[in-house]
Amino acid sequence: MSNAEDRIENAKPDEIETRAADWLYRAQFSEWSSADQAELDRWLALSSNHVAAYWRLKAAWARAETLSALRPLDGGAVERRAPGLALKVAAVIAVMAVTALGASQFLSRSNERTYRTPVGGHEIISFSDGSKIELNTDTVLRTRMTTAERMVWLDKGEAYFQVKHDSAHPFIVVAGEHRITDLGTKFLVHRDASDLEVALLEGRVRYVNDAGEPAAKATLLAPGDVVTATTSTMFVTRKPARALAKELSWRKGLLIFDNTPLAEAAGQINRYNRQKVVIADPRVARMTIDGAFPSNSVQAFTDAAQTLFGLKVENRGDEIVISR
Amino acid sequence: MPAPEVEAWFVREVLPLEAALMHYLQASYRRTSDIADLRQDVYAAVIEAAHTQIPHRARPFVFAIARNMLINRIRRDRVVPFETVADPDELGLAADEPAPDRAVMAREELRRLRAAIDQLPPRCREAVVLARVEELPGREIARRMGINETTVSHYIKTGMRVLADVLYGDEKSGGAP
Repeated sequence: MSNAEDRIENAKPDEIETRAADWLYRAQFSEWSSADQAELDRWLALSSNHVAAYWRLKAAWARAETLSALRPLDGGAVERRAPGLALKVAAVIAVMAVTALGASQFLSRSNERTYRTPVGGHEIISFSDGSKIELNTDTVLRTRMTTAERMVWLDKGEAYFQVKHDSAHPFIVVAGEHRITDLGTKFLVHRDASDLEVALLEGRVRYVNDAGEPAAKATLLAPGDVVTATTSTMFVTRKPARALAKELSWRKGLLIFDNTPLAEAAGQINRYNRQKVVIADPRVARMTIDGAFPSNSVQAFTDAAQTLFGLKVENRGDEIVISR
Repeated sequence: MPAPEVEAWFVREVLPLEAALMHYLQASYRRTSDIADLRQDVYAAVIEAAHTQIPHRARPFVFAIARNMLINRIRRDRVVPFETVADPDELGLAADEPAPDRAVMAREELRRLRAAIDQLPPRCREAVVLARVEELPGREIARRMGINETTVSHYIKTGMRVLADVLYGDEKSGGAP
């Protein structure tokens, strides 16, 4: 037995644990290369005692991540309400969004990149760390991806995030006063003039509303949770997986309606098309529609209105008016 | 058996037994200063065996290994008579227990974590909270606390070890029910 091996055999468990903590700190808090990983693997391969000590500390440290749920307890004010109420949340902050945009242009940095999709557009951005961002129609998004940080600003529109978790480099999405910190996950963020919706499909994210510091509103989201927020209010509701899948149907170029009022369906279609559907009659607006429609085809939608409901469709160029 | 599966099993099935295991080792072995050492050896043997095949039931498996290890230790020490090694079955330690309700577990988990955090020295606690509650990188923790990153790493590493001991080993605030 060589001297090195002899030392390992006789290493005190306390020393092993100290080394395990060194490794864990390096892995969690500093730049981590494949060479570092290889070195860690070599250390682990030397003894099952090393493996035991490392896995144990790593598991305890991972468990402590649940502590981030303590933030809303300190900040208070996180409300959970039945779905439906969220829809009634009044629009407050159209002005805010504009201000944020102005400031961000002023601050533009060299390693910052801006991505835009036109109305009806759909774009996928892939990053070298394996993360992906999928932009929906009429969206403006800026990124600053460096070795030190991964920051994304959603200035307008909707994006679906698939993030490779790296606790040393948190992935942070900022939308106005709202901040979403990824904890390894897939989530959807939709921003319009008045409010923000964050839907979590997999993994965990932490949502923070920065507007009210120091009484910041934060919450840890579980899959199925949907946050609907303005600067002043915030609700967390839960949606079944099926409903969430429907919200993501735009990724396949589809809009799925399920007992959806025509007015709301038209609003959805209008997000993707330059020619806008206008519903002239409030009684028509309340009719409900089911089915999947191509998001880029106003025609498919108006054809359905015509044949299924016997409604009048009038094409006026920029607008297409549906009435009885 | 691939290592990630063994690790997942070890974290899920074995580590939660730590409080009961420590209780058993302390009841059976006089040299209490060696208990942490013994525990690590038990874990190492458990991990080695699991790489061949992950046992169907973790609890009896872990306690059987612990018992063998104690017997070997005591034989080697020739200090404590053989008979003092308790039978895990008699202590009621080797039997499987029904899994607690999930909601209770989630509440319990947060309570345990809070208790664990409370046991850290103040500055160490501050660093751990900034790292795990605020999810800040080391550089930012150093800036907020007005210390250098080396000191941050010292606090965090101490925090990691105390958290593991409290979360897994301490019967009052962690481990077995």
